[in-house]
Amino acid sequence: MAYSELVKKFERVREYMREFYVYGFKSRDEFDNKSARSYDDERRRIDSWLGEYLSFRRTQEGKNVFLSIDSRAIERNPLYKAWKTCSFTDGDITLHFIIFDILYHENIALTLSQITEKIDTEYLAHFDEPMIFDESTVRKKLKEYVDEGLIHTEKYGKKLMYSRMPSVKTDGMQDAIDFFSETAPCGIVGSFLIDKMKTAPRRSFSFKHHYITSTLDSQVLCDIFDAMAEKRAIRIKNKNPKLSQEIELTVVPVRVFISVQSGRQYLLGIQMQTGVFRSYRLDYITDVKLENACGAFDEYRRRLDEIQKHTWGVTISNKGGKTEKVRFSVKFAKNEQHIYGRLLREKRCGKVTRTSETTASFEADVYDINEMIPWIRTFICRITELSFSNRELEKQFKEDLQMMYELYGVEGDEADDVQ
Amino acid sequence: MKLMMFSELYSAYYNAVAQILSEAVAEKMTQDRMRSIVEEKAFSESAMTVIPALKSGKWQLLNGDMTTPIKREPTMPLTLLEKRWLKAIMADARIKLFDISLDGLEDVEPLFTADDIYIFDKYADGDPFEDEHYIGVFKTILKAIHEKTALKIEIENKSKGKTLMAVMPLRLEFSEKDDKFRLITQGDYRGNTVNVRKILSCELYHGEITEKRWHDRKKTLVLELQDRRNTLERVMMHFAHFEKQARQLENGKYRLSVTYQKSDETEMVIRVLSFGPFVKVVEPKEFEQLIKRRLKDQKSCGLF
Repeated sequence: MAYSELVKKFERVREYMREFYVYGFKSRDEFDNKSARSYDDERRRIDSWLGEYLSFRRTQEGKNVFLSIDSRAIERNPLYKAWKTCSFTDGDITLHFIIFDILYHENIALTLSQITEKIDTEYLAHFDEPMIFDESTVRKKLKEYVDEGLIHTEKYGKKLMYSRMPSVKTDGMQDAIDFFSETAPCGIVGSFLIDKMKTAPRRSFSFKHHYITSTLDSQVLCDIFDAMAEKRAIRIKNKNPKLSQEIELTVVPVRVFISVQSGRQYLLGIQMQTGVFRSYRLDYITDVKLENACGAFDEYRRRLDEIQKHTWGVTISNKGGKTEKVRFSVKFAKNEQHIYGRLLREKRCGKVTRTSETTASFEADVYDINEMIPWIRTFICRITELSFSNRELEKQFKEDLQMMYELYGVEGDEADDVQ
Repeated sequence: MKLMMFSELYSAYYNAVAQILSEAVAEKMTQDRMRSIVEEKAFSESAMTVIPALKSGKWQLLNGDMTTPIKREPTMPLTLLEKRWLKAIMADARIKLFDISLDGLEDVEPLFTADDIYIFDKYADGDPFEDEHYIGVFKTILKAIHEKTALKIEIENKSKGKTLMAVMPLRLEFSEKDDKFRLITQGDYRGNTVNVRKILSCELYHGEITEKRWHDRKKTLVLELQDRRNTLERVMMHFAHFEKQARQLENGKYRLSVTYQKSDETEMVIRVLSFGPFVKVVEPKEFEQLIKRRLKDQKSCGLF
């Protein structure tokens, strides 16, 4: 098939975009299970959509392609462009503009035959070799638009009349849509709305700590939201890179956990086969199908509310709620009160106690201390006491610290002031 | 019926063709204008497909003489997906920062609710988005940005009490991690970032301002990492939002270059520390020294 800038399925694009954007060090040969042609086509497409951000570097292993984007400096998420590349047929685009030109106002209601006739006589008759759309093709297209919420039908006697849905005016919403298109879940939808605005929003916002890659999982997220709204189970395909093959699972989705410090998104749900809570990374989910309604949905959500009181990240315990205790103390200078402020604002489910003007302690009962360790390490230079109920982890924490001393050749005991 | 995000209805080609037809309804289209519309609305190779398709009658929307049988400027109602997303954001506390009334969504279910989501690592001292004073300050800043007008602001300053300054607002910068807006300005030497929450008063200002633009220097940090305990993935995801380059060395090692703003150096230091012993700073030496100092201080804490 000839190369096209547009694609039929998003899933392939999703994989390449993530690889180029998050990693960017693999050569063509290192892309598993991909033919050279497939790689070349995807790279060319991404170059066409995002050329200004795409670079390459030659290494001994070959050419490495990568996307490098400072998300603080950009106006809008450039990865959104990938969502605007869906392929279509000549008939699709021709019918689209003609149908909405015929049904140009919400008060116009026409039958299938009337619409089909107008398409022929008022539009296609202008062409030397007019396209031919029979009623069944037009009916199919109208049905698609009914499903999308663009057109509605009403019966007058035996006649089914089609008309466009009333418009919702988004005038004056430019700034709000601009802002939420970058910050709300499924923000790509805001970008679709901006594309249709007569006046694009002026650049008023920028974003720091802005993880743009989660947009690639927007369809999965949308399907999960849909299932939760209807309190239904879902069948998911889960492709965890650590496992050799994709697995299928039935899950009751209960809540989506989002990290604004790593850009990861997780589905927290009850796995039907085992009846226990599990977390699933959205970027590993390749397909979602809606299944039956789940009568216990509200109960599951109440259970998760309780569980959340002891979660640091996404690890939860199904073993009778057994938690691990963590406690550490820090010291700070009189002019470093911001350290105490950091503890307060970053403590999540933990408890902070001011033990003196220049010391404070933190304690928490969590399901998995391992998730907290990166955060505890951010206090390195001032940790005066540390105790985990999980002694193995405590030992590992201290061994890691020793390894860091060795890595940087830190041997002396002399202290400097650290701001 | 599944809500589809990947649909031709949202495609760049449809948007480009809508704009071409919109102008062709009013007056005859030209090839040059078509090209510039496609370049603006679609991608670098799109003109090679869109223009021949329209000119040849493959897409029967433009006549041979570049007029169109389409009679009115193309419009399309909002899709159900768009309406449901709008309904969801209308329930967000931050929507109060914008003057909005939206009719026509009464019977629409929101795409998501606050209870569907849990952001587990957002800082607890986020801005008071529903506070009347805060909303007033935010709106004044937004108006000034739109009108390219200066602002006179009074801010709370811990060491000096209150400070009055005239600034030229550039943007409002939002951090999801901090859950805060910062006003990015030019025009005052005391710094170009102001926490919106710390603004005590704010008004449009038409007087003279001192233009002393302060440039935050960019620096490059080079890290070497070992892929143990999933470090590679964690580091690459964590630093994904920066301009960066990575390459594979030998024996499971990788080298990563990250470009960051000098003003964020302290934050970068603690972010690097969080990865423990499998990430080492290679360059710059000053940054390595910052890590060393912290480790030395930690060693003197007598933890073990």
